[in-house]
This record gives sequence, C-alpha cells and structure tokens, in this order.
Amino acid sequence: MKKTIITVVGKDTVGIIAKVCTYLAENEANVEDISQTIIQGYFNMMMIVDTSRSRKPFGEMAGDLELIGDELGLKIRCQHEDIFTKMHRI
Amino acid sequence: MINIFEVYETNKMIEQEQLDVRTITMGISLLDCVDADLATLNRNIYDKITHAARDLVSVGRDIEREYGIPIVNKRISVTPIALVGGRACTCPEDFVTIAGTLDDAARATGVNFLGGYSALVSKGMTPADEHLIRSIPMALASTERVCSSVNIGSTKTGINMDAVKLMGEMVKETAEATKEDSSLGCAKLVVFCNAPDDNPFMAGAFHGVTEADAVIHVGVSGPGVVKRALETVRGENFEVLCETVKKTAFKVTRVGQLVAQEASQRLGVPFGIVDLSLAPTPSVGDSVAEILEEMGLASVGAPGTTAALALLNDQVKKGGVMASSFVGGLSGAFLPVSEDQGMIDAVNRGALTIEKLEAMTCVCSVGLDMIAIPGTTSAATIAGIIADEAAIGMINQKTTAVRLIPVVGKDVGDTVEFGGLLGHAPIQRVNTFSCEAFINRGGRIPAPIHSFKN
Repeated sequence: MKKTIITVVGKDTVGIIAKVCTYLAENEANVEDISQTIIQGYFNMMMIVDTSRSRKPFGEMAGDLELIGDELGLKIRCQHEDIFTKMHRI
Repeated sequence: MINIFEVYETNKMIEQEQLDVRTITMGISLLDCVDADLATLNRNIYDKITHAARDLVSVGRDIEREYGIPIVNKRISVTPIALVGGRACTCPEDFVTIAGTLDDAARATGVNFLGGYSALVSKGMTPADEHLIRSIPMALASTERVCSSVNIGSTKTGINMDAVKLMGEMVKETAEATKEDSSLGCAKLVVFCNAPDDNPFMAGAFHGVTEADAVIHVGVSGPGVVKRALETVRGENFEVLCETVKKTAFKVTRVGQLVAQEASQRLGVPFGIVDLSLAPTPSVGDSVAEILEEMGLASVGAPGTTAALALLNDQVKKGGVMASSFVGGLSGAFLPVSEDQGMIDAVNRGALTIEKLEAMTCVCSVGLDMIAIPGTTSAATIAGIIADEAAIGMINQKTTAVRLIPVVGKDVGDTVEFGGLLGHAPIQRVNTFSCEAFINRGGRIPAPIHSFKN
C-alpha cells in the first residue's frame, strides 16, 4: 500500500501535532511514524501515514491539511511516498 | 524507511531550486488517419487526437497534486504531417487547413503546444514535403499552438542543401508573416540534423514513424538543482565536480521516471522515454549559464565554456541513464538564449557571440536555439548558419538544430520580448560576409565517411 508523507514546516507553536493528528484520526488515517527536527532555524516535522482506510480522496485531504497549515501559519504538504523513495533509494 | 532529511532535500529542490518535470508529451500516430479527401483527413486527425489525449491534462494535474511536483507543460506530438497529408494535400494551402485542425485539437485537449507540423527531408523532398515546407509561414502565422520542424540532414544521408536553402527562405517568410508579434512564428520552427523520433521538447517534437500508436515521453529539468549542488563543492577538483553533477542528475531523473510511469499507467498508454535535458527558463535560478559560471567562469562565453558544457552534458547523461529504464529524445543541456537569464546577461555584457554558441553546440544537446538576429539578415545567411550547424551534427553523429528569429524591424542593440517561457533576447550580431554563391549551388552534401576520425 502506498504511504503518504505529510510534512510540516514553519515556526514552532503549541498544538501542531495535536491538530494534525486529530484531523487524521477523524479521517481514519493511521500515523505510522513521526519525526521532527530543526533545519536552518525552521521547525520540520514529517509523518508517515497510511491513508488506505480513509474515505476522503487524496486531493481533498491534502487541501484540508493545507488549510489547517494556513490557520497555524505553517506549510503543510501531503505527498505520496514514492517521490521520496524513488529519488533517494536505488 | 525514508527519513526526514531526505524528505526535506526533495522538497527544497522543488520549492527553492525550481525542480520540475518540464513536460509530459503524448506522441500520437496519425498514420491511420490518412485519407484522399482533405475534409475527411482533417476530421480523422481531430477525432484521433482529441480521443487519445482527452485525459492528458487532467492526469498531469492529478500527478502534480499527489506527488507535489510541478509538471510545467502537457503537450502532444504527432506523426510528421507531410507524411499524413501527402495524398489529400495538393498545395501549401491544403496543408494549412491541417495546421488549423491541429490547433483546434490542441485547444480542445488543453495542451499548450502541439508539435509535428514537420517534414523529414534529409535526402530528398517529395512534392508533399515541399508543399508542407512552403506552407510553414502561413501555418505558423494562422495558428497559436502548432510547432513545426524540418529535418534537413543526417549522419547516414548527408545534408539536403536544397532543403537548407528553402528553409533559409521559410525562416525569413515566417518572420515576416508574424512581424506584428515580434516574428514569434520563428520561435515555433526548428531546423534539425539527425532529429530524434521521440523528442518530448518543443518546438522540435514530432512522433516518428518508428514509434507505437501512442506513447508517453517525459522531459525532466532542474538546472537550479544542479547549480545549488555545485555551490557546495566550490574549489574542489573535477572529480568531485563531476560526481556532484552525476548524483544530482540521478535524483532529478528519478522524478521524471516516476512521473512517466504514473502517467503511462493512468492513461493506459505505453511509456516511451525520459529525456534527460537540463532545460532552463527565464526565471532567476533556473539557468544553464549559471551552472557553467558556478564551475568557475566569470561569464558564460569565456574560454573554458565549451569544456565546462561538455563535462556538464556528459555527467548529466551518466547520472540520468541509471535513473531511468528508457532514455531518449535530446538528452543534454539546452542553450536557448532568450529562455535563459544567464545567457541573456552574457550576450549583453559582450561575452557570448553566435560563433561561441556554435562551438558550444558541438558538445551540448541541440544547437543554436532561440537566438534573435537582425531582421535584415538574408535568407542565404540564415541558410548558411543552418548548413554549418547541420554539418556539426552530421559529422559528430549528434542532433543539432537551429531556431533563429530574424526579428523584423530590429537590429543589433535592440531587445525583443516574446513573453512567458520564451523569454526575451538582445538582437545578436551576425557575420555579414555573403555565402550566397555557396548556398545557391543546389543539391546535396554526401554522407560523411565513418572512419579516419580526426
């Protein structure tokens, strides 16, 4: 099953993970891994998510998360895992 | 499992370094549209293209959204029209009706360019080939999205100098026919030697007769990504430089391969090739010239430029070949002057001349591309430049091409604005000594010998 990578980039604030995870739980998307770090002064978070049971189409979910990002002043992106594995793994 | 730094690197390439897939191009064969009746032929062509490519643009958009990678252009290439219209078209005006049909089909499918208003005349011209070539100025002036190309030579056949002479005249006539638009028609007209059958890039794309009924080709890009990667190895030796280009080209091409496979699967059309070209755009940070300058040249055009370009081109291929299961098209670095801000700057500071560009085309992927020249340049001089470029391709067994724009009413010192991806360009000086007697000889230059390679 294709995994979805959700990335959050921006200024660190309270409740980022809670907001994103609540949305994902409501849409039956299972978070399999979370990692976070600071790169060049910016908060970076990456989630590996299984959306195979989610009823919402990919595009809609990506749009919703983008809006949540806008509310928090962050950039949230949703991408299929393949673009990263193809580029970084032989 | 993928880690956060790798995800960050990919997204940085996309967001800050202008990594994109330059084009998904669907090649469509029109050979089964052939009919003796012109109206039927036109209807067949329209129906075939609009049916085969009906989902091309929407599938491209879906892939863009799901992978987060911009796909700048969705395009179509078709069988060279001189082959398709040979039975039904008895004059240049008949061919122009097909150009109109292609333009309508491009608009209906939502693609921004459609290539293949072409003739392959490397050894000789059929009456249909000649009618098509003579119709090019009218066709390009009366359509918006149609692109034209003519192959006038090859390593196997030599150079058809009658066609070269004719193309010199057609480039002039196209400039005149589109003079209200800064002679923009010439930006949609390419003269080739050794044209590939599977090139996804405009304006020279056509769907060769060796290809399947429909096929998906993808052209990658990413000069900005290579430039940024080279910034991290300033002052290092050539081994480190080459390894860096190679690794970066691998990563860029993998994205192209992914997009090509996805598009092919979703459209139910076989995957053709990935074209490994570094294609610049006029936006800052998306320039091939800047890569060469990052290697250590004060300006592109300085001594060392040809060597820098040769190593860039070769390393891009070496990195890209392993990243894709099928590589084809033009695969190399493009040098379209008007579409590359670094090239424009080099011309403006007097560092880059047409003669130096010609030398660079010996080692780059294509040729003299998007170069604006004085509108007063004669047809014979344009034909002479075409012949020179074709000779480089013929002898070196590579594709070369000429896309010159003799801008009517403009001279050296002026600038011409084409807009969008086509950019803007200073008018460049052309050597004014005549080659008319040479061009007027007529006939063919024989195919070159394939031994004694000095």
